[in-house]
Amino acid sequence: MKAVGCGTLIDVPFQYCPGTGCTHIIMTKMLASVIDELGIREKTILVGPVGCSEVIIDYLNVDAIGAAHGRALAVATGVKRAHPDRVVLTYQGDGDFASIGISETIHTASRGEKISSIWINNGIYGMTGGQMSPTTLIGQRTTTTPAGRARELTGEPLNVSAILSQVKGACYISREAVNSKANLEHCRASVIKGIKLQMAGYGFNAIEVLGICPTNWHLSPKDCLKRLEQEVASEFPLQVYKDKSEGRR
Amino acid sequence: MNEGFLKGCEALGEAIVLAGCRCYFGYPITPSSDLLEYLSWRMVQEPEGVFLQAESEIGAINMVYGAAAAGKRTATGSSGPGISLMQEGISYLCAAELPCVIINISRSGPGLGGTTSSQADYFQATRGGGHGDYRTIVLAPSTVQEMVDMAFLSFDLADKYRNPVLILAEALLGQMYEFVKFPDPVQNPPPKSWALTGAAGRPRNKMPDFHMNEEDGERINLELQKKFDQIALREQRWEIYGKNADEILLVAFGAAGRICKSVVDSLSEQGVRAGLFRPVTLYPFPYEQLNMAASKSKKILVVEMSTGQMIDDVKIALGRAKDMEFYARLGGVVPSSNEILAKVKEIAG
Repeated sequence: MKAVGCGTLIDVPFQYCPGTGCTHIIMTKMLASVIDELGIREKTILVGPVGCSEVIIDYLNVDAIGAAHGRALAVATGVKRAHPDRVVLTYQGDGDFASIGISETIHTASRGEKISSIWINNGIYGMTGGQMSPTTLIGQRTTTTPAGRARELTGEPLNVSAILSQVKGACYISREAVNSKANLEHCRASVIKGIKLQMAGYGFNAIEVLGICPTNWHLSPKDCLKRLEQEVASEFPLQVYKDKSEGRR
Repeated sequence: MNEGFLKGCEALGEAIVLAGCRCYFGYPITPSSDLLEYLSWRMVQEPEGVFLQAESEIGAINMVYGAAAAGKRTATGSSGPGISLMQEGISYLCAAELPCVIINISRSGPGLGGTTSSQADYFQATRGGGHGDYRTIVLAPSTVQEMVDMAFLSFDLADKYRNPVLILAEALLGQMYEFVKFPDPVQNPPPKSWALTGAAGRPRNKMPDFHMNEEDGERINLELQKKFDQIALREQRWEIYGKNADEILLVAFGAAGRICKSVVDSLSEQGVRAGLFRPVTLYPFPYEQLNMAASKSKKILVVEMSTGQMIDDVKIALGRAKDMEFYARLGGVVPSSNEILAKVKEIAG
């Protein structure tokens, strides 16, 4: 990973949960470094919807807008249609991308909007205090599944990247993680690939990043990583679900 | 197009384009679909014209939010239930101080209601409609020509105050054919230094003004309120019809206001000193002007196509001192001038 903080990262204290190793911290720094590396800071417009992901608009020195919960991709569509030559990024969470915004997610993909979405799947609503999300694992205790998520009541975790792979307008759909150096490098390359595809006029791309939430998982950062590797990644395997770009990287 | 004999929705669609709107987002719903269909082919004739049928009204209003933030003149249109779905987005537009135009070719409710004319969306339009302390400027046309003129005015007001403007027009105005003249096209809408265009050679733009504590929240609300106070002071519009309303003053807006003009004409022919006060801006409501217009009138008759929503504003304007009567038809029924005339005779007794 290249040095960060040279241009795009704004020098203010993060409001992400301090001292937890929260995935948003890694991803915010990564996006800053990617924007610097690609030299697109002055042509990027960032959309951050309600959820922990929204505060990213305070940290990246690009034109940015906060969106209502679930509406990032509709807002991004409006921005991109208005400025087709700009780079439009959304940074979302699983509650936003996979639950309340699933309609926007699927239809933005279906229209083949030239937008890159990076969304963090940590299986929980972080900002509201740890409720069940569509990607919460079976048996996982949350504040709204105190006895653990039960499939007969709330179904099974929703694999949105698999769904998106079936949507014709989607160009590149990948699930990544940042729990190891190798995965982090792969994720970063995937984010860069998505943005380059957008700039080359290819359709919608979405990078799902498996995240941890020590605060609401009620685990130490180290145990969170263990859970991510042993449980989450078996439900949500790391893989490229769709690549219509013929190997462009 | 300079002029033509056009259906309300089509004339409005043409005016939206001529007023410089270049991004239109919408979703089908009766009776506003004619507007959507017109713009589907008309907007894309313009260089950089964007038309997009959204996946829902929720999608449409948030696309408007994005295009407005990007600095474009942008609009959406819908009818009753669709406007209900947009309310969260309208609240966000107000919070981020983004200019846009929202058209409600209104129908009756509650729930599914019906697709014919009603004025029962008055409260929704004038009281904000969604969550939080905010207002949208609300314009209520009574002719197709006025729909055209208001399209131009609405984009100017939206840009001037960085706030959504709502045009509230009943189904019958949307479907009615009238001869209209179009103003000259807007060539260069005002530049927007705050817009999201990519932070090239300038500090970045970010919106909305985000707050994590209540002091900032109060400050933001007070700043918005200052703007709404300015709007209330400067942007009231109204029409007074009839020379002398000593005996009776009718108060009605939109299509009902238009019908009441016929009533005033009939009464004048019969030697009754009657007039009409028609609010043209429903927000800001012309309270003082109505008070002055009604100062000598013995009787007030409020006519609405709802169970009585604008009448609340009439009461604020006049207090309860006046002898106020009310006539309404509901659920999509349009009152005839004859039945309003009969009501006038009844109260004049």
